[in-house]
Amino acid sequence: MELKYFIEITYLVASILFIFGLKGLSHPKTARRGMNLAAAGMLVAIVGTLLHHEIISYEWIIIGLIVGSLIGAAMSIWMPMTAMPQRTALSHAFGALAASLVGISEYYRHVVDLGETLPAYKMAALGFEVLFGSLTVTGSLIAFAKLQEMMRGTPITYKGQNVINVGLFVLAAGIFIYLIFVPTASPLFYGMVGLSFLFGVLLVMPIGSADMPVVMSLMNSYAGLASAATGFAIGNNVLIIAGTLDGFSGFILSVLMCKAMNRSITNVLFGAFGSASSDTGASVEGVMREVSTDDVAVQLAYARQVIFVPGYGMATAQAQHAVRELGDALEHRGVMVKYAIHPVAGRMPGHMNVLLAEANVPYSALYEMEQVNPEMQATDVAVVIGANDVVNPDARDNPKSPIAGMPIIEVDKAHSVVVLKRGKGRGFSGLENPLFFKSNTGMLYGDAKASLTKLAQAVQQA
Amino acid sequence: MSVEILISSLYVFALAAFLGYQIISRVPPLLHTPLMSATNAISAISVVGSIVTAGANYNRVSTILGFVAVVSATINVVGGFMITDRMLKMFKEKLGGGRDSDAKEDHHN
Repeated sequence: MELKYFIEITYLVASILFIFGLKGLSHPKTARRGMNLAAAGMLVAIVGTLLHHEIISYEWIIIGLIVGSLIGAAMSIWMPMTAMPQRTALSHAFGALAASLVGISEYYRHVVDLGETLPAYKMAALGFEVLFGSLTVTGSLIAFAKLQEMMRGTPITYKGQNVINVGLFVLAAGIFIYLIFVPTASPLFYGMVGLSFLFGVLLVMPIGSADMPVVMSLMNSYAGLASAATGFAIGNNVLIIAGTLDGFSGFILSVLMCKAMNRSITNVLFGAFGSASSDTGASVEGVMREVSTDDVAVQLAYARQVIFVPGYGMATAQAQHAVRELGDALEHRGVMVKYAIHPVAGRMPGHMNVLLAEANVPYSALYEMEQVNPEMQATDVAVVIGANDVVNPDARDNPKSPIAGMPIIEVDKAHSVVVLKRGKGRGFSGLENPLFFKSNTGMLYGDAKASLTKLAQAVQQA
Repeated sequence: MSVEILISSLYVFALAAFLGYQIISRVPPLLHTPLMSATNAISAISVVGSIVTAGANYNRVSTILGFVAVVSATINVVGGFMITDRMLKMFKEKLGGGRDSDAKEDHHN
């Protein structure tokens, strides 16, 4: 009996340490200490659990802990920072898988193995856990496949898609409600599991890669809620607390990401945005002016303030170190250098910040969109690196544009703009970008990393 | 297991939700990627449920499912905390100095 209270106390300690840990993330200076606290909390809870009276054999537990630790450690040591979105998608899948399996196993044990029935609230918690857990597993795996480019990143659509998706979900939800009243209908339970696996696949397939920040946040939220439901099902408070924190964090991030694109969650999930067919309704006039490395280098070297605006193109070109070298060379000459980060630049929330931090850019030089926009008029050169929609003035000026109303980094207000781009084609979303046709915009074509390295050398010699 | 437990669980859930909202709203966009991996690591506390399922010898199916759950949750616990720390280590306030303090840290490790 005393042991049981001891375990409860380890869970309480873990919950408190988790909360302190997340609180630490409010500032980069306290973040690492906070996470160490949270990790300590996790250790305490695991050690406490190992003393649980129901555990009679340890071999599978120990093998599982060792195998999981090795895989987890290997992934976190060798995964390059540019692959962060993929790793995160996988971890959502793992987290949700663990929650679903515990749910399925609980159901199997009580209903199938022992032939018991389940009280309605327990069935509701188990059902929720398995429903959200399973769809998150397959949804995250599809997101992973898209991010890893094992699958086409553009939306995969077909006729009647939304009807089928909604129909599937309604069917799964219907089974869920039936099970709450008749928990012993085990074939339906397995049917529900299958349906939610399928629903996860179909839900993410039509979503374009550029909308991944929202999908990642949503999956983060679902995985957390599935863990919280596990807590309800097995009567464990630390699971409820940790799962709810995760669920809310993902939810808040989804809302922020949607706001940063001026779109609703429904539109992201069912809008198949970024299908090549989207049309701006306005044709852009003018020509794109190509500039040479040397011209740009001179322009940069004699500027007072330069703002870099990175996008997903910087990540694909692995150009973060080259950006920093150019930034260093400019700062050496007394140029004020800033980095402007749009909330949805990249494939997950905060993606660009992590890449630039990896390249040793101090976080005091990283600016949020709202902070940097008022400074644009006083900026001599804005350098756009592999970003497109987040600097598209159409979002602000053309109410007919598919991205109308999306807040942008207003590089077009800087004295001049240099756009680093792989080729002349349209960007990922297929939208025309009038920025590229403006008289004060220069296009520097080629691999971003190579261009930036050349620019850094040229600036040093200027 | 009773209705009282359910009610107190709902209290815990509601309070955690409010607390979560307050704490997470204060995390700057700068740290949103580490935030995601951190909350992911923390919610892998579901490993404690998996451990009991894997070790209680309820029946063969539960043990196998529990084992797979322990592996996946542990991947998130260990991987999540390690990668979060790896990211947070990179965030430095100023240029210069950064590399020196990096070298020192490597020494300690």
